[in-house]
Amino acid sequence: MSAWLLRDVRPYGEDAVDVRLVDGRIAELGRDLPTGDSRVLDGASGVLLPGLVDLHTHLREPGREDAETVETGTRAAALGGFTAVHAMANTDPVADTAGVVEQVWRLGRDAGHCDVAPVGAVTIGLAGETMAELGTMADSAARVRVFSDDGRCVSDAGLMRRALEYVKAFDGVVAQHAQEPRLTVGAQMNEGVVSSMLGLTGWPAVAEEAVIARDCLLAAHVGSRLHVCHVSTAGSVELVRWAKSKGWDVTVEVTPHHLLLTDDLATTYDPVFKVNPPLRTAADVEALRAGLADGTIDCVATDHAPHALEDKEAEWGAALPGMTGLETALGVVVETMVAPGRLTWRQVAQRLSAAPARIGRLDEGPSPQGRPLAVGEPANVVLVDPAASWTVDPRQSASRSRNTPFAGRTLPSRVVATFLRGRPTVLDSAIVETAHAGPGRA
Amino acid sequence: MRTATRGPATPPAATRSPSGGDPAAAGTATPGTAAPDTPAQDTATRDTASAGAGNADGTDPRPMGRHLLSAADLSLDEATLVLDTAEELARVSQAATVKKLPTLRGRTVVNLFFEDSTRTRTSFELAAKRLSADVINFSAKGSSVSKGETLKDTALTLEAMGSDAVVCRHSWSGAPANLARWVRGSVVNAGDGTHEHPTQALLDAYTMRQRLGRVEGLKVTIVGDVLHSRVARSNVLLLHTLGADVTLVAPPTLLPVGVGAWPAAVSYDLDAVLPTSDVVMMLRVQRERMGPAGERGTAYFPSAREYARRYGLDVRRAQALPDRAVVMHPGPMVRGMEISPEVADGVRSTIQEQVANGVSVRMAVLYLLLGGAQPAIGSVPSEPGRRGLS
Repeated sequence: MSAWLLRDVRPYGEDAVDVRLVDGRIAELGRDLPTGDSRVLDGASGVLLPGLVDLHTHLREPGREDAETVETGTRAAALGGFTAVHAMANTDPVADTAGVVEQVWRLGRDAGHCDVAPVGAVTIGLAGETMAELGTMADSAARVRVFSDDGRCVSDAGLMRRALEYVKAFDGVVAQHAQEPRLTVGAQMNEGVVSSMLGLTGWPAVAEEAVIARDCLLAAHVGSRLHVCHVSTAGSVELVRWAKSKGWDVTVEVTPHHLLLTDDLATTYDPVFKVNPPLRTAADVEALRAGLADGTIDCVATDHAPHALEDKEAEWGAALPGMTGLETALGVVVETMVAPGRLTWRQVAQRLSAAPARIGRLDEGPSPQGRPLAVGEPANVVLVDPAASWTVDPRQSASRSRNTPFAGRTLPSRVVATFLRGRPTVLDSAIVETAHAGPGRA
Repeated sequence: MRTATRGPATPPAATRSPSGGDPAAAGTATPGTAAPDTPAQDTATRDTASAGAGNADGTDPRPMGRHLLSAADLSLDEATLVLDTAEELARVSQAATVKKLPTLRGRTVVNLFFEDSTRTRTSFELAAKRLSADVINFSAKGSSVSKGETLKDTALTLEAMGSDAVVCRHSWSGAPANLARWVRGSVVNAGDGTHEHPTQALLDAYTMRQRLGRVEGLKVTIVGDVLHSRVARSNVLLLHTLGADVTLVAPPTLLPVGVGAWPAAVSYDLDAVLPTSDVVMMLRVQRERMGPAGERGTAYFPSAREYARRYGLDVRRAQALPDRAVVMHPGPMVRGMEISPEVADGVRSTIQEQVANGVSVRMAVLYLLLGGAQPAIGSVPSEPGRRGLS
């Protein structure tokens, strides 16, 4: 395997060094390293971060390959600086068996753009009734550690308790989509002033917060860890802060869109702004930013949710909820958190790489993710030009879908290069097309 | 940008004559050419998905925006213009032996109804026909999704047929706003989901003005299912613009969270509000709102009987109203529940006038959106050179 020398890069945005990647690992970190037989990438004093890890990606394969495939979704991931993504279970068929999770895992390995860690469904068919074979999925080649019925809430308290307990046997975690179903019948957007004016059925904050409160108590009672997907309200942040103050093992994620966008965008009735949980108010956005800054919120996860054009070019009520987000995640975090001085680059690395990898237990095993930039660690790195900015153009997206809510926005910082175990997946902000592939594609 | 695919940009003045029907200006768009009949700046606004009026830059010579999607699209001057125009049209219609005016001859108005509503559709149809427009009734019952054709496809079909205005009724809030992004002509919201029904609010305001001589300063009480009522939303916005004081009365379950930010007062006690009301507007309460709990949701109140007892307008309650006060209902009514038959048919009731006024107000809206700059009752406009069916 060839070696790469990354010249003049600033790990975590700190002092500039040269970094040599050899045989999939970080071999050297230091000033003025000799070129040797390494290929050289001039980092131009860009920021070097550990490869980003997404806890929450919808790759849509199998079932909705018209919206996204593992191939196209992981291309978008690599362009966004990710070296690993968790693929959500709400595919068709649902990822509720070892067969499906292994299929998704193999598709990811063969595509080669980033690691794909399948998420297993908590219940068979996401029906919220019968626990799926969680242990079999954990023991499969896909090594599933995160289980979620995302898109639906495990609303039955008894079932949630059992799932929380059961996954302890293989160090798994239940990632809850917190949405009390009886409080969100027909819900279309955040319940508040804007929904009242638009005549769209409200999705009240309490429907999220009530489930989070219950699940924190359940996790504490049975001594399990709990992960909460896409928290979106100020109340949720308060509840999590409280649960963490008790020492309970609760982790949470926030999406980039909830860090930037607010519910008044719904006044256009453009379904590109329809998402679940819905966009909230400016006060919620501020609470989420504060929570991410002080560590109450552990990580940023994209909830990348590609949808076919016909599922978005519809009436608001008929359109599917969801937004793409892999390519824009870092830019949004820089705009909302780094530029205002609320997160350092080192903290960005924590929130977008180390923490999600730890929650998904991707930081262990033969090929770990989310590790620090240090000699001997896997060469999963991303080079960011913090001075660059770019305007989001949905037509330029590597995703098969175009439903980005950031279209036309100018975002700061740009992913220049991404390396997966020492091999560039992105160079010059473009996908590296390689004949490489994992075993299975020869 | 899409502008490039729409043919050469035509100056607004060439297509929408601001000078009162100047034949030379009106004839600029030659039949058979690809020249767009829409001012260039309208093309630009289409992509911005604005839910409001389309002429924010002020260069459009029309007296109103391009669309009527929300009562909030109307300024005080615009709303007053609609009411004045409706009054003028009604007067001319009544005076003439032939009720038809030639104003919109050669124009095509499509009634696009995704929901059954005979009364609103008929009212719009009559309004368009009295202005000599060609009317197409395009009934597409059920949601576009269940029908298999998307709203966009329907819009593009109408576009290809050369419609000048689309009057849209839809069960989803915002569907007319979506439609407005895909068609070049004007879109009139004829009721969308639980959002708005602006022409209903206009005809209600017209009726108040007719009965009570003014709207400004009136105390208007709107009673019933505010949460699900597009009539209530449009009325609150328009009445606020026109300077009326609105009080909403409903059980708390039928008021939206966020109602506190509306330009209206809120009360749970009908009896307390009636003695100071100039207008009482009763809203329909649908069967599925009441107990026992339905399949999907939870009942909003225990029983029809209890609702009628607390919020129904019966004879006893009506007696508490000031002498001049009027009782309104957008229809259809549930007699015996929200309103007793004696009150609905009594002298205070404006229910029949509302229906009659609906035609005049919709004539005014169509005229102002489509013919705007020319006199409403004046000479026949010269051949406008429409593409498509006309």
